[in-house]
Amino acid sequence: MDTAYMTIEEARQKLRARTISSRELTGMCLARIRRYDGSLHAFLTVTEDEALSAADEADRRIAGGLDGPLLGIPVALKDLFTTKGIRTTAGSRIIGSYVPPFDATVVYKLKEAGAVIVGKTNEDAWGHGSSGENTDYEPTRNPYDTGRVPGGSSSGSAAAVASGMCLMATGTDTGSSVRLPAAYCNLVGLKPTYGRVSRYGIIPMASSFDTIGHITRTVRDNAMVLGVTAGHDPYDATTADVAVPAYVPKTTGTLKGVTIGLPKEYYGVEGMDPDVAKTIEDAVLVFKKLGAAVRQVSLPHTGAAMACYYILVPSEISSNLARFDGVRFGLGRDTFGPEAKRRIMLGTHTLSAGYYDAYYRKASKVRTLIRKDFADVFGTVDALLVPSSPTPPFRIGEKTADPLTMYLSDIFLCPMNIAGVPSLSVPAGFTRGLPVGMQLAGPQFSEPLLYKIGAAFEKETAYYNVHPEGF
Amino acid sequence: MGQQKRSAVSLTRHDIQHAAALAHLRLSTKEEETLSPQLTRVVGYISELSATPTDGVEETSQVTGRSNVFREDVVDPSRSLSQDAVLANAPDAYNGFVKVKAILDGES
Repeated sequence: MDTAYMTIEEARQKLRARTISSRELTGMCLARIRRYDGSLHAFLTVTEDEALSAADEADRRIAGGLDGPLLGIPVALKDLFTTKGIRTTAGSRIIGSYVPPFDATVVYKLKEAGAVIVGKTNEDAWGHGSSGENTDYEPTRNPYDTGRVPGGSSSGSAAAVASGMCLMATGTDTGSSVRLPAAYCNLVGLKPTYGRVSRYGIIPMASSFDTIGHITRTVRDNAMVLGVTAGHDPYDATTADVAVPAYVPKTTGTLKGVTIGLPKEYYGVEGMDPDVAKTIEDAVLVFKKLGAAVRQVSLPHTGAAMACYYILVPSEISSNLARFDGVRFGLGRDTFGPEAKRRIMLGTHTLSAGYYDAYYRKASKVRTLIRKDFADVFGTVDALLVPSSPTPPFRIGEKTADPLTMYLSDIFLCPMNIAGVPSLSVPAGFTRGLPVGMQLAGPQFSEPLLYKIGAAFEKETAYYNVHPEGF
Repeated sequence: MGQQKRSAVSLTRHDIQHAAALAHLRLSTKEEETLSPQLTRVVGYISELSATPTDGVEETSQVTGRSNVFREDVVDPSRSLSQDAVLANAPDAYNGFVKVKAILDGES
């Protein structure tokens, strides 16, 4: 077994058996960051000293017979996650030297669970992007092909996990930002149910869409981490007062009794790469072999989703970014990067007098129709299976000249954020040497079922054993 | 929907300048020239939403199903920050306050 590509599950066994220490594990991750990050640009801040002392503390606790779900496990945090005493930039220059005085709730929970934080990861600034190229720093590269994007906006988190720099990294998903980079880097990425994980201390993008997820190598690791991060938080009034169930599935392997829907609007569409389509078709055969019933369904308002999203989300962005005025922290508004300015301008326009009814109010109604599509379909099937992207990872620079083309990269991903339902992106295979991802989406709070379906597929296919060459 | 419909909506330099003023953004001439065609194309795309019938449909503003989440009006010291911590990132501070330029004597 290659130590750099251990799962959290394997690392925990070794840590408890004392065949590896957290210091060794953390030291290995830090060494890989030093060796590879000059070319991948996954990290904006590396917290070497803090990580090594947290690792030593974890080793002391393990020696003392203590345990924690992530005790001694090296993890990385997207730079939208507020970290006490550690620079938090949101991928932007405007708050490039901001050092927060508090921890986000999720950061607090991960620390309590024993996680060792190795650094803060690169991203499209403020979460605005699908490729990582909208960072105000150096764009992150895809470890599977460094001429291609890793997907965004949680670009650094995906590249870091995929190249063995940490065992898990956090992300945020407002319209694609955990699932697309997971799909483009052969990883598992969760966009949880809206309100399942606290947003407190996560720099907001679009508050009624933002969800707090994470990226791992396996479905089982992903489920274990959600057990740490999920739950009601008095600091975030939109968190659900719903009990946190056991997420890690028993790997029975069979999916008998599970009905999976294939929404016809997501298949055979214009711009769909035929090799990606074939990879998803092959995955459907695996689900059938595992005993699942598969049937075609319809989400009739899918075609309106992107327009709905690009009215509501920039509107919320223009409001959220209004607070950055350089008075209490950060620099002046002139320092915003081009994409942030574009979205502020778009949202300000759609909210302005004379346009509100035609855009914001209209889109809020279409949002109701899209939610109803999902509610209706989940009356007939347990979960949906759809591609995560119409294409494999695209080339750096391929879509930067035309913002609309970049926006349309998220066509299969943003409807779940509009509806507030959970969706898990799972590796579906490879085409032309590049990773292909697929999503399992379900009704609100159906994460246990999505993990069960994903784990059964993962046990059968084990794509997580395929690592990028040269790392 | 076709190209013809998309070109029906456009954001002129004047529209751009109006939105920039509302958003407190100072844009260079070059930025205005870049944003005008880019946003025209995006606004053309989102304007297609008008073709989706929504008569009698309620608006959705959030998806939690929750309303009126209250808490006791009591200070929780564990979540309070000291004045020093709050001011640590401020560009300028004086006597425990954030220091700003006067804003009332210029144009409105």
